[in-house]
Amino acid sequence: MNLTKSFYLLLSLTIFSGPVLAQTPEERGLEIAREVKQRDFGWADMQAEMLMVLRNKQGEESVREIRIKSLEQEGDGDKSLTIFDKPLDVKGTAFLSFSHPLEADDQWLYLPALKRVKRISSRNKSGPFMGSEFAYEDLSSFEIEKYSYKYIRDESCEGGTCFVVEQYPVDKDSGYTRRVAWIDQDQYRVWKVEFYDRKNSLLKTLNFKGYQQYLDKYWRADLQQMINHQTGKSTDLKWSGYQFRVGLNDSDFNKNTLKRAR
Amino acid sequence: MCKRVWLSGLSVLLLSGSAAADEVFFEYSGRLSGELQGYFHEGQFNGQGYHSNASLALEPELYWEFNGGNDSVVFTPFYRLDQRDDERTHGDIRELSWIHVGDDWELRSGLRKVFWGVTEFNHLVDVINQTDAVEDSDGEDKLGQPMVNLSLVRDWGIVDLFVLPGFRERSFAGHEGRTRSGLVVDTANVRYEAGDGDQHIDTAVRWSQSFDLFDVGLYWFNGTNRDPRLEAALIQGKPVLVPVYEQMDQIGFDGQATLDSWLWKLELLWRDTPSDRYSAMQAGVEYSFYGVSDTTTDVGVLVEYGWDERGIDADTIFQNDLFLGSRIALNDAASTEFLVGLGYDLDFDSRSLFLEASSRFGERWKLSLDARLFDARDNRDLMVNIEQDDLLQLTADYYF
Repeated sequence: MNLTKSFYLLLSLTIFSGPVLAQTPEERGLEIAREVKQRDFGWADMQAEMLMVLRNKQGEESVREIRIKSLEQEGDGDKSLTIFDKPLDVKGTAFLSFSHPLEADDQWLYLPALKRVKRISSRNKSGPFMGSEFAYEDLSSFEIEKYSYKYIRDESCEGGTCFVVEQYPVDKDSGYTRRVAWIDQDQYRVWKVEFYDRKNSLLKTLNFKGYQQYLDKYWRADLQQMINHQTGKSTDLKWSGYQFRVGLNDSDFNKNTLKRAR
Repeated sequence: MCKRVWLSGLSVLLLSGSAAADEVFFEYSGRLSGELQGYFHEGQFNGQGYHSNASLALEPELYWEFNGGNDSVVFTPFYRLDQRDDERTHGDIRELSWIHVGDDWELRSGLRKVFWGVTEFNHLVDVINQTDAVEDSDGEDKLGQPMVNLSLVRDWGIVDLFVLPGFRERSFAGHEGRTRSGLVVDTANVRYEAGDGDQHIDTAVRWSQSFDLFDVGLYWFNGTNRDPRLEAALIQGKPVLVPVYEQMDQIGFDGQATLDSWLWKLELLWRDTPSDRYSAMQAGVEYSFYGVSDTTTDVGVLVEYGWDERGIDADTIFQNDLFLGSRIALNDAASTEFLVGLGYDLDFDSRSLFLEASSRFGERWKLSLDARLFDARDNRDLMVNIEQDDLLQLTADYYF
């Protein structure tokens, strides 16, 4: 009986003092999110080009060409400048955003035909970006405070073994009840995200392909494929020309730079 | 064709190194626009006895960037060919300007276009550029204005200093044109208050800043009033209207509060001319419903009010007017959008309605269908002149 007693004692000690076993799935999920964010911090500034290929159910394609400049902010969301090259009727349109983890983002749109800068409402989180299957919220920077978390299980994935984590948007304007993300345990890269709509049925799946490492630290996927299961439409987002630490600073992100961005 | 050509200027010719700074980036793009106008009635004045009009406009844009992106030059000529109106057949240099960018300043010189303001139904405080009034009745088309503009970016806001050498006269519909009054404006006999006429050098200074949810701008303008006084005259025995451009001082304010889905907008103007001293206001609110009934459609609702201290004597049609509007965006791949607006004059009971619908076809075409309807109820209202000019307009834009 002594042996059993010590076994139980040992077990209870492990349960109450062991950091791993004591963690709830919620704590584990948050810890993974923190690790994702922490491993991706410090890139300072970057610019890249993106090509969006929109496909409808019949397979007809239309194309968007966009350039993005971003500036990392410590203790706040990123600043970004987005410039539209295609379709040609919106060429020269540019978008300036100061994102914040919890408060509404500050957003301005420049309309080249009128030379007009318009401050716009950032409430439209769930709307489609440029008619694509990506919502605005799918393209905004990942901030820990934007979700609550729950670790579900481990599962093998393209990146090796993945954590499967549920993410519940804090913002009531989000178009989702939850996202399920597959994050590899080796490098904490996101390989797949499933989006569940407000009725909690599967809406979209996003797959990440062709990860490349920049500055020996930061991983970026060359291709993001979004499929909408409810409409049969899809959007491929192809990234190119990634450049980090090109020397952008706050003075590259204001209404003057917005007006001459092109 | 949208071409991106990298020329390695001198360094190529001399076969020497350090190409980066000498590289010139050149880009060519533009728009060709065909327009068909159908008028519901023949016009009420001589020369307006037709129901349809066709027109073609070309606006190419040439752009150069050099000195590592710190200098750029843009050239945007414009030409319109109109079937009916010789005055609407016209050309302009919308932009021919050079921008030099420094650390916290930029210098913009040449013919340029500048927009100030926040409201949608009337652009009250937008003063720098002259209106190209033959283009459309919405007043949003502008003529290129010669300027030197130094823009300073500071923590407490952006300050823009303007020196505006040379004045642009407003374009007016000719004898065969629509949306004019009974008397044709004779731009050949234009008069100026200033001795140096259209060579008067205007100046302006504007400060603008964003405070969290609030965007504000305040300016002072001194120079030639863009809005002419129209005086009846007999020129060679013919009664005409002669535009008279006075000197003015103007202070303008624009502000917007962006609160969740609400946009609160205010434009205030105070203008001092030899013939008048008055204030005016355009104020309103816009609310947006995003993703209505589980679709991707956004619906915006706008209400605006325009007021002018001069009341029914004002030479504007926005003296005591209420506006209701709605903006509907389907957010589809073709960017289909609808805009509808209703104006109601509280003094004269007159109404106006406009509808705008547009959609993209393929990668290079955009089709727009516009309607403008006018219903004037009072002979003192300036709108009686255009009451017979109800219009349906189809525009096909080709982008290259």
